[in-house]
Amino acid sequence: MGVLVEIRKLSKVYERGKERLEVLHHVDLDIEQGDFLALMGPSGSGKTTLLNLIGGLDSPTEGSLTVAGQRIDNLGEGALAKWRAGHVGFVFQFYNLLPMLSARKNVELPLLLTRLSAAQRKRNAGVALDLVGLSERSSHKPGELSGGQQQRVAIARAIVSDPTLLVCDEPTGDLDRNSAEEILRLLQQLNRDHGKTIIMVTHDPKAAEYARHVLHLDKGTLVEQPEALQV
Amino acid sequence: MKYFHLIWSALFRRKTRTVFTLLSVLAAFLLFGLLDSVRTAFANAGGSVAGVDRLITVSKVSFTMALPKSLLPRIEAVPGIAQVSYANWFGGIYQDPKNFFPNEAVAENFLDLYPEWSLSDAERTAFKGTRTGAVVGATLARKFNWKLGDKIPLQATIFPQKDGSNTWTFDLVGIFHAKDPKLEGQENVLFFNWSYFDEASRFRNGSVGWYATKLSDRGRADQVAQAIDRLSADSDHETKTQSEQAFTAALVSQFADIGLIVGAIMGAVFFTLVLLTGNTMAQAVRERVPELAVLKTIGFSNKSVLGLVLSESVLLLVLGGVIGLAVAGVVVGIVRVKLGATVPLARVGGPIWLRGLALMVVIGFIVGVLPAIRGMRLRIVDALSGR
Repeated sequence: MGVLVEIRKLSKVYERGKERLEVLHHVDLDIEQGDFLALMGPSGSGKTTLLNLIGGLDSPTEGSLTVAGQRIDNLGEGALAKWRAGHVGFVFQFYNLLPMLSARKNVELPLLLTRLSAAQRKRNAGVALDLVGLSERSSHKPGELSGGQQQRVAIARAIVSDPTLLVCDEPTGDLDRNSAEEILRLLQQLNRDHGKTIIMVTHDPKAAEYARHVLHLDKGTLVEQPEALQV
Repeated sequence: MKYFHLIWSALFRRKTRTVFTLLSVLAAFLLFGLLDSVRTAFANAGGSVAGVDRLITVSKVSFTMALPKSLLPRIEAVPGIAQVSYANWFGGIYQDPKNFFPNEAVAENFLDLYPEWSLSDAERTAFKGTRTGAVVGATLARKFNWKLGDKIPLQATIFPQKDGSNTWTFDLVGIFHAKDPKLEGQENVLFFNWSYFDEASRFRNGSVGWYATKLSDRGRADQVAQAIDRLSADSDHETKTQSEQAFTAALVSQFADIGLIVGAIMGAVFFTLVLLTGNTMAQAVRERVPELAVLKTIGFSNKSVLGLVLSESVLLLVLGGVIGLAVAGVVVGIVRVKLGATVPLARVGGPIWLRGLALMVVIGFIVGVLPAIRGMRLRIVDALSGR
């Protein structure tokens, strides 16, 4: 397995008026292809910022960020949007599904940016929903699904375009214990059986146990190097 | 088209709000359809191609001033003229003042100058041969359910008879049709014999309201008009001769500047509509900031988000506007049948639809552009974290 994400001297500074806040400071990190990495740390440690940078949602102030051999730290907004469409799947704490669309239509959203026909989009969305065990709820709207089911739909949306990387921000933060475990097992299965590289931000040590590696961030710097966990 | 379901579902995310906004748009374009129909009817009044070879001669002082009938042979002698006829406004009322329609006393050759109207030879002959004869347009006949042979009593408002009676009774001897459906509006008139009017009327004997002249060469219209006006120069009955279109347009403009009035009303209506729908769109986008951020996260570009919000806004206007114009078309159709020429209304046809659709798109763009720019510019990380 090669290195999928290569981060060198990565810094992120937010400026609010005269205030200058350095959220990440000279982070160096390599993430292997096929890894399942949990990023942990206290609030304000910079873990979500690091996740956003890796996912191409934000640009660093300094340093380089290479994903699958492509520098993304210097891409413009349009190029970054195109890159995200082809390489990253996102899972959020609050699912962020579009409430007026059915589960299948939500899953189809990333495919609208491809050249697939309507029939192919429908078929691929069906496969993704099947993979997360929700094919029979495809016509339901998010409001008609439980939290765990909504998060599974969000995961189906994240994987439907077969991205290189899955980026998950507190994916179990809004779920009860049982639903959280189901989601974590699903992510583990995607990593183990489908080779998806997953980076997950979590506060929950139990959730982190499902990852292959755990990294801790504190005050914008990595405090531990990746260490192998029992999976 | 693949984004249509996305735009449609976003539009109906808040059904009640969208339905009420659609009703406002519908009402605005219903009003637009009705008013533009009136404006078009007035604008077209002098714009018919039929009549390009006819001149109208009226008193230079006022349209209401009579001209001497003695002018007739002198006008006929002007080179370039094929035929001359004359007429007089009568202004009679049928049963009730609200049943208004134009009615005129015309010379027996008057209808010959109007080949765009179809009248059978028998009816034409009957008109010329019946002193109290009258011909009416088909729309008017339909409206009052008149049939040939009916007696039509009109109450004079200007011209009583010599015996003091205000009631003029005519025998319906002909019903004419406009050959071109666009000229259907001209079917709302009644003509009767000028000779009957001249003999029986207490006033205006030996005078006419206006002369209608058919040119033998329409290219010489200006020269002929000047020649006619020279006939009575420096007299007490100076004339003003102009093309029939110019005459009709001038007559219509005496009522009011319909275009200006309609424009002012519609300006106010659409200004209100812009504020209303603009507020709706701004609110809709404000509520959907996290959802737009999700679309951008997935890979939708700034331009795509801009396009989606603008399309939603244009769709809102087009949806409401098309229904509004369709309803206007139905209403105008009913009014035209029920009231005939009492209320001048043009069909809600192609030109009104084109103007309406252009307005829908422009207003949709105007009300959508600011929310769309907001959606386009939002930063994903801020939007997702609720900042």
